[in-house]
Amino acid sequence: MTAPTATAPERDQPEEPGTGDPATGTTADDAFDQDVLPSPPGATGALLRSLLAPMKPRVALTVLLLLLQQAAVQAGPLLVAYAIDHAVPTLRDDDHGPLIAVGAGYLLCSLAAGALQYGFIAAAARVSQDVLLDLRGRIFRHAQALSVDFHERYTSGRLISRSTTDVESLRELLDEGLQELVTVVLSFVYIAALLLWLDLGLGAVAVASFVPLYALVRLYRRRAGRVYRQRSTAIAAVIVKFVETMNGIRPVRAFRREAANDADFAVLNRRHEHTNGNALLEMARYVTGSRLVANTAVAGIVLWGAYRVADGTLALGVLAAAVLYLRRLYDPIDRLGMFLNSYQSAAASLEKIAGLLAQTPSVPEPTAPKQLPPPASEHPGREVVFDSVSFGYRTGGEVLPRFDLTLPAGQTVAVVGSTGAGKSTLAKLLARFYDPSAGRVLLDGTDLRDLAVPELRRGVVMVTQEAFLFSGTVADNIAIGRPEATREEIERAAKAIGAHDFVAALPDGYDTDVRKRGGRISAGQRQLVAFARALLADPAVLILDEATSSLDVPGERAVQRAMTTVLKGRTAVVIAHRLSTVEIADRVLVMERGRIVEDGTPDELVAGAGRFADLHRAWRDSLA
Amino acid sequence: MPTTPAPAPDLAPEPAPDAAPAAAEHVPAPAGKRSTVRALLRLWPYVRPVRARLGTAAVIAILASCVALVIPLVLKWMVDGPVADGDPAGVWLGALYLLLLGVAEALLFGLRRWLVARPLAGVEAGMRADLYRHLQRLPVAFHDRWASGQLLSRGTTDLMLLRMFLAFPLTFLLVNGVTILVGVGIMLVQDWTLGLVVLVPAIPVMVVCGIFERKYSAVARRAQDQVGDLTTVVEESVLGIRIVKGFGRHRSQARAFHALSHRLRGTELRKARLLASIWAVIVTLPELAIGAALVVGAVRVADGTLSAGTLVAFLSTALALRWPVESIGFLLAMSQEAATATDRYFEVMDAEVESPGNGSCGPAERGPAAERTDGLRFENVRFRYPDAPPGSPPLLTDVDLHIRSGESMALVGATGSGKTTLTALVPRLHEVTGGRITLDGEDITALSREELRAMVAVAFEEPTLFSASVGENVLMGAGEGAGTEELDRALAVAQAGFAHALPEGTGTQVGEQGLSLSGGQRQRLALARAVVGRPRFLVLDDPLSALDVHTEAAVEAALRQVLADTTALIVAHRPSTVLLADRVALLSGGRIAAVGTHHELLRTSAEYARLMSGLDGHEDAAGFQEGDGR
Repeated sequence: MTAPTATAPERDQPEEPGTGDPATGTTADDAFDQDVLPSPPGATGALLRSLLAPMKPRVALTVLLLLLQQAAVQAGPLLVAYAIDHAVPTLRDDDHGPLIAVGAGYLLCSLAAGALQYGFIAAAARVSQDVLLDLRGRIFRHAQALSVDFHERYTSGRLISRSTTDVESLRELLDEGLQELVTVVLSFVYIAALLLWLDLGLGAVAVASFVPLYALVRLYRRRAGRVYRQRSTAIAAVIVKFVETMNGIRPVRAFRREAANDADFAVLNRRHEHTNGNALLEMARYVTGSRLVANTAVAGIVLWGAYRVADGTLALGVLAAAVLYLRRLYDPIDRLGMFLNSYQSAAASLEKIAGLLAQTPSVPEPTAPKQLPPPASEHPGREVVFDSVSFGYRTGGEVLPRFDLTLPAGQTVAVVGSTGAGKSTLAKLLARFYDPSAGRVLLDGTDLRDLAVPELRRGVVMVTQEAFLFSGTVADNIAIGRPEATREEIERAAKAIGAHDFVAALPDGYDTDVRKRGGRISAGQRQLVAFARALLADPAVLILDEATSSLDVPGERAVQRAMTTVLKGRTAVVIAHRLSTVEIADRVLVMERGRIVEDGTPDELVAGAGRFADLHRAWRDSLA
Repeated sequence: MPTTPAPAPDLAPEPAPDAAPAAAEHVPAPAGKRSTVRALLRLWPYVRPVRARLGTAAVIAILASCVALVIPLVLKWMVDGPVADGDPAGVWLGALYLLLLGVAEALLFGLRRWLVARPLAGVEAGMRADLYRHLQRLPVAFHDRWASGQLLSRGTTDLMLLRMFLAFPLTFLLVNGVTILVGVGIMLVQDWTLGLVVLVPAIPVMVVCGIFERKYSAVARRAQDQVGDLTTVVEESVLGIRIVKGFGRHRSQARAFHALSHRLRGTELRKARLLASIWAVIVTLPELAIGAALVVGAVRVADGTLSAGTLVAFLSTALALRWPVESIGFLLAMSQEAATATDRYFEVMDAEVESPGNGSCGPAERGPAAERTDGLRFENVRFRYPDAPPGSPPLLTDVDLHIRSGESMALVGATGSGKTTLTALVPRLHEVTGGRITLDGEDITALSREELRAMVAVAFEEPTLFSASVGENVLMGAGEGAGTEELDRALAVAQAGFAHALPEGTGTQVGEQGLSLSGGQRQRLALARAVVGRPRFLVLDDPLSALDVHTEAAVEAALRQVLADTTALIVAHRPSTVLLADRVALLSGGRIAAVGTHHELLRTSAEYARLMSGLDGHEDAAGFQEGDGR
């Protein structure tokens, strides 16, 4: 039942002008500000139907099992009526037949009820688990297929809660709620039919009592819906505060925020307590109301029935059976309330999930993938061409105005410029994290959009500033670059990048679990692992997006050495704050507000009077 | 901390970052009744304040259930009396009794829920507030081991389970027990033989429940673990999306996910089959007994030794007891879950909080005035992480360092040499294993943490902003009563003037729920927060790493003025940052290997030269200096 809504701290560093520019960073009506993404009308229902469609035969089987099970269960009072009205009189005439029939019938019904109950629960669980398996898989695959640009806006916390808590609430509905509902409806129908059959008048009164009950259920649904929404908003606020405090525990402690946080949290917690209490009281009202209606109806029916038995127009056994049925008729009403609760929360969750699944990947895989041509020379590098490329977010705002750029095979290109100049966007277009709004990005003449993922990643690999480690060993993490790599190859990559020494010094060397005891790995070391990964992937084009920011000077030098030795001949695009990185570049691009404003060799640019010369001078000064 | 390794070797990715503690705690404990009860007894302090209400509610629930049991007796009276005699007035009276009893039952049930609604919400909130308060005061080392997701699930799902336990199983195990006893009593009083017939299945049902409970709790725990593993894969595939995409690994991620979700499905189905079996038993056995009672009863009614009314009443009583009997299975399952939740909750609550520190020594006891300007001193400081594998060498073996009052000291060392750790020792985010740290001659352990942290301001490598306005985030670093003036000054020092250009200026909300700022912007705000209170001691961990060259130069210029009269320790990776400081200390092999100015160390320490230039050896370093035109 644990479904931690782990809202991770935001790790990405929005570089793009679209989000980087604080003045335009948020728009009030941005769909991503809401928890629910817009989805076409009826998407929630369509999602549920598409999940259940392949299960049709098994759903039918489940319902059939339940039909039979309820029939077996509801036969009991009927047998009681038969026993009292027929078996007892015939017994007095020494005819044991009817009583034996009653006994055998009861035995059969009990055994059948038990066996069918087993069959029903097992079958229903299979349906529910298969639906969940399908849904989990769909969310996961869809989330993985969506572009990086989507992930940057949707935030990890929401995506995680879609695949955990929201799936969990559907599970509750399927596991408990739906069974409950079908049982309730079926027993309603059965009992009402039986009562009508036993005695039309009594049955009619019982059916009439459904009218006020229905009104009550509707009223509850409306009122509880409101309270539940308030409660889920209140708990969400509690969760955010909680997670934020725990993820930022160091600054909390260092700046003595404990008492202030206690006070803030108390306010949120009390608000939740209040709405929580409201929800519980709403339930109390519903239970009281439905019980009142039900018990009044029982009293009324008994009064009328007893009257008629006294009249002699109704058999005693029929009255007894009717009373037994009535108790059963009204028993599940409380459970109907519970079903409504789980239905409401599951509907809200499904709506959120449908909204997520309705997002189309902005970077789709090709339907007819092409192969890259064999390398033109013995060098592994490939030529990159930006052909009339421009880029803007779907929400509007042009980030990169139309430009053309050719990076010859084997060239190392440094891209510099201030925050928000569009450097990262350029890199992400080349890595096909985004597709250009217009124009094409070509790798040795082939459009990136025509390459299947494995082919694309043999071509282009990007190392970013955030060096995330997956759980598993250090070796596992490096092997992400090429899963089939041997241990020797992994170690060779680590040695080439200067990561071997620290890895070897870990408690279990390459087999050290990065999340376990003693596996503390500093920010700089994580970046080295990320580099080893890229080295192992051995791509034709390597993109480094501020990938050395946490490295110390020797670490950066090791990376640069690797670039001039192991990675020699590859096409490389290096984005860096540090001009030291630029030293190994063959060519420098200076970007400003989405445009390439300077382009030349480092020496040419330093000698000139442009922005790069300024930057370079500032950097030199900082070293002096 | 649980030290047991994770159960069940995993084929797919290892348990979550958070699963290390999680997995260990899920090692199936002997799920005996006694441990369940003992775990639940720990809830008493929280239940105590509401015990009167809870007790009253239980009594009311028993009353309501008994009322429900009286209804068949009224029926019996009606059938055997007025109905048999054809007495309409008697029928009216009986129906009136039924109505009154029905209304009473409904009101009593409602009253019970009304009585406990607010108090139980209060218990839940109280436990959550305690958890939050406690967590905020646990050592940072504790938080290093526990992912926030694990803590969160204790603060939400587990507490909800506990509230539900207090609302239902706790009350209804008692109520249903009493109801069953009373019901059985009524049946026995009405007719001995029939009563005994109905009682026969009680023993097998209890035995089966016992077996079920043990098996079920083991499977349920396994399912919980597997959900945790699955969550980990989801979490990592989202957090590492750029890597997954960058290397085209989404298929292998999907395979891992597929394998885990299939495993979970298998466990869930096993759980369902167990549940189905117990239901089948609980449905069949009592029903069989009722069938037997019906046959025996019918024979005796025919014999004339039993009245028809008694048989009707008996059977309605037996059927009224069906729900209390059937519910015992899931009430026990809920109690089991609540016991696990209690264990999980107290696992965290039992962890020792940091002591607030002495801070008792008044000014008189403090050192003479001369020593108050002693600056920051590390004396023989040793440190190893409490969770480091036994036998591994300490991270810091013998650190001796003196930063004079008003002086700023850069701390340089290779990647992973313990620089960040050393800075965390000053505000006592971690505790030294040996040796001591003094501020102006005073041992930091002699100060209260409150005092200490007021004296020392920190800017962390990872610049965390909270969900609050920019101004509030920055002013966190200042004392009470700091205002716009201080804020503007701090923003100016950190070159964070961009804050004024935000949509609502310094009132703009940032953090998880606000505007997302770039790494460089967050780093500048974190720096502003560190300097806003004009602290006497300043600890900066690589404070300029995410800034571009222009901004870095501007921040440095402004920071120099702040540093002029502040005692500061600055972790540095690059010459430009080192040059902010008056002197440099080189951390190497767990000790301070050298102290001096940047230029002195470049000449005298090969390691330092290598770290600063990236080149090996002495000559290269000299070359680097010349190359830089110095």
